[in-house]
Amino acid sequence: MTQISAGAPKEKLASRTAAMIVMGISTLYFLVPIWWLFIGSTKSREQFSSTAGLWFADFNLFTNIGDLFAYNDGVYLKWMLNSIIYASFGALLGTLFAAMCGYALAKYRFPGRELIFNTVLGGVLVPATALALPLFLIFSQFNATNTFWSVFLPSIVSPFGVYLARIFAAASVPDELLEAARLDGAGEVRTFFSVSRRLMTPALVTIFLFQFVAIWNNFFLPLIMLRDQTLFPVTLGLYTWNSQVNQIPEIRTFVIIGAFLSIIPLIIAFLSLQRFWRGGLGAGSVK
Amino acid sequence: MHIKNSKRIVALGVLAAISLTGCAAGGSSGSGGGSDAAACAPSDGKVDLTYTSWIPGIDKVVDIWNKENPDIQVKVQTGPNGNGGTYKNFFNQLSAGNAPDLGQIEYDALPNFRVQDGLTNIASCKNVTESKDDFIDWTWNQVTFGEKDSVYAIPQDTGPMAMYYRKDLFEKAGIPVPTTWDEYAAAAKTIRSQGGYITNFPQNDVNWFAGLVWQADGRWFSNDGDKWDVTLTSPESEKVADYWQGLISTDLVSKVPAWTDEWNNAYNTGSDWTWISAVWGANSISSGAPDTSGNWAVAPMPQWKAGENKAGNWGGSSTAVLKGSKHPYEAAQFALWLNTSDEALTALNKEANLYPATKAGLKLPVLSEGVDFYGGQKIYDTFATAATETNSDFVWGPTMTQTYGDVADGFGEVLGGTGTLTDALKTGQKKTIDALDAAAIPVNK
Repeated sequence: MTQISAGAPKEKLASRTAAMIVMGISTLYFLVPIWWLFIGSTKSREQFSSTAGLWFADFNLFTNIGDLFAYNDGVYLKWMLNSIIYASFGALLGTLFAAMCGYALAKYRFPGRELIFNTVLGGVLVPATALALPLFLIFSQFNATNTFWSVFLPSIVSPFGVYLARIFAAASVPDELLEAARLDGAGEVRTFFSVSRRLMTPALVTIFLFQFVAIWNNFFLPLIMLRDQTLFPVTLGLYTWNSQVNQIPEIRTFVIIGAFLSIIPLIIAFLSLQRFWRGGLGAGSVK
Repeated sequence: MHIKNSKRIVALGVLAAISLTGCAAGGSSGSGGGSDAAACAPSDGKVDLTYTSWIPGIDKVVDIWNKENPDIQVKVQTGPNGNGGTYKNFFNQLSAGNAPDLGQIEYDALPNFRVQDGLTNIASCKNVTESKDDFIDWTWNQVTFGEKDSVYAIPQDTGPMAMYYRKDLFEKAGIPVPTTWDEYAAAAKTIRSQGGYITNFPQNDVNWFAGLVWQADGRWFSNDGDKWDVTLTSPESEKVADYWQGLISTDLVSKVPAWTDEWNNAYNTGSDWTWISAVWGANSISSGAPDTSGNWAVAPMPQWKAGENKAGNWGGSSTAVLKGSKHPYEAAQFALWLNTSDEALTALNKEANLYPATKAGLKLPVLSEGVDFYGGQKIYDTFATAATETNSDFVWGPTMTQTYGDVADGFGEVLGGTGTLTDALKTGQKKTIDALDAAAIPVNK
């Protein structure tokens, strides 16, 4: 870094331009599909295939949204609500468990600690998709498939969160502070919630975000578990509609506009939690 | 996915051996569970059934039944279309023992469920065998597999094929509407000389291609009770392949992939003039090419020999009673009502454009009206005739997903400029035999 900034102004300008170009291209690359989706959402069905994909025709966004919400007794709104419930509560509980587990692994010494940690670490490597079918068979044993819990319970487990929480707890929660809390008479649970949790906040926000996005985008588990469309998350619902497009071409508009609306909560979650995240990275680097 | 598939194929092989030897011995042994053909008796008291289907709006149709039958309540479950995940779910549920009582299964997937022993024989359930004559002949063969005293599903809908064409463009260009495939090829030349294409050749709609073979009296599979015979390379099949190969090689058909915006646009802007398609395609055109409203018409499929009247079929599904259902009697009664009663067929057509599989259903009032998009033509009359002109002997194989995939790969190469459609069928033939063999399903090599 210092070398580059100490170099000739010409070189500096060149490298900066290059960086801007690379970033500009990446931004464009990532935003074009969203732009396309937005444009598609504003078009009527007739104009969707007959006008250019990346620019407006007649602006029908709100009519389309109205139609989407009305279609099939408003099942789309139900799906959105389901997704919000699965993702926010799942991420909240998932973060709590991951934080407690990671914290315990970082701050307490007990036999089998490394074994547990390594097992959890192994869990990071197993893709969630591979577990969907075994989970289905297990839930079948309890007659619990096609229920809210069949999607919710597997969602509150986050091996990666445990890993992250442990690393972060080890780095950001000083043993001396815990010692002091204990001397002041705070129990372990109270120490965790009132002292350590605060110190770990940046990591917790990260875990929450990761978990929120993972649950929101989770598709395979609901596909295998759920049959009742009032339980569907929005991903599965849209996929189901999309598979019916050949039969009922009218649905296509709803798939497009539905997909567009379904990314909005993710954007909100990211933008509102991003500050904490940045703060966390900063705190780590100072140390 | 591959791992899971191969596991499934192993399981499939074992079951295939069981079911096929069962057939040869002249009767199903009904492996486990009280779903033997002879045991179809009404249950006592109120019965709750589950029915999985991906038909949009099916719940509204089932509501009619539920109101009329307080003692047999059907709960609708839904999901993506069959190959989009619902079939896999069925197999998962069958192995977990919690499959729904009834499931929607397309004709080309039924043999797969049959060899994996996933279906209940409902032949002895009240009114089932008797309803044979209510259905269009070929559909009944699809649900019985030609086995004696067997009915494994109730036909639901069909996709009789015809030719959609731009009436206005044909008239303007002075081209007579083709009635034979030779005339169709001649028309293709004239249309090409005017800058258009007569149609496109779709890489991935292998079941569409099968519909054309079906029309030519070709068969891709047969099963004598002991062994499967794979005949993707039968003379009829190769005749169809050669014909389309000729059109592709001389650039008389476009290579636009079906079901894309580009494809819709080709119809919307009048650069594609015809589409050989099923009855449900009527809506695909009207929604994909809205600017051409009123300019389309429907004629019977071109024939191989002048004067013949033969049609193919593309698509359609059945309502099957899945293995393990505790109430096959009630399930069968519901399936019969759903697929034969006027009120259900009318509702299914209204909600999801389903085209009935019963002979009486073809005369439903909704199907005898003119359609504005097609210049007010009573297009369903053409399809009703086509439905009765469809060969009854066409049989689907037990590994259609694999067959479709392998043939589509070959078609893709042809459109890319290498190989021929016949090569694609040869490869498909070989790979299908290999797949059946690997699954321990008896097959003639």
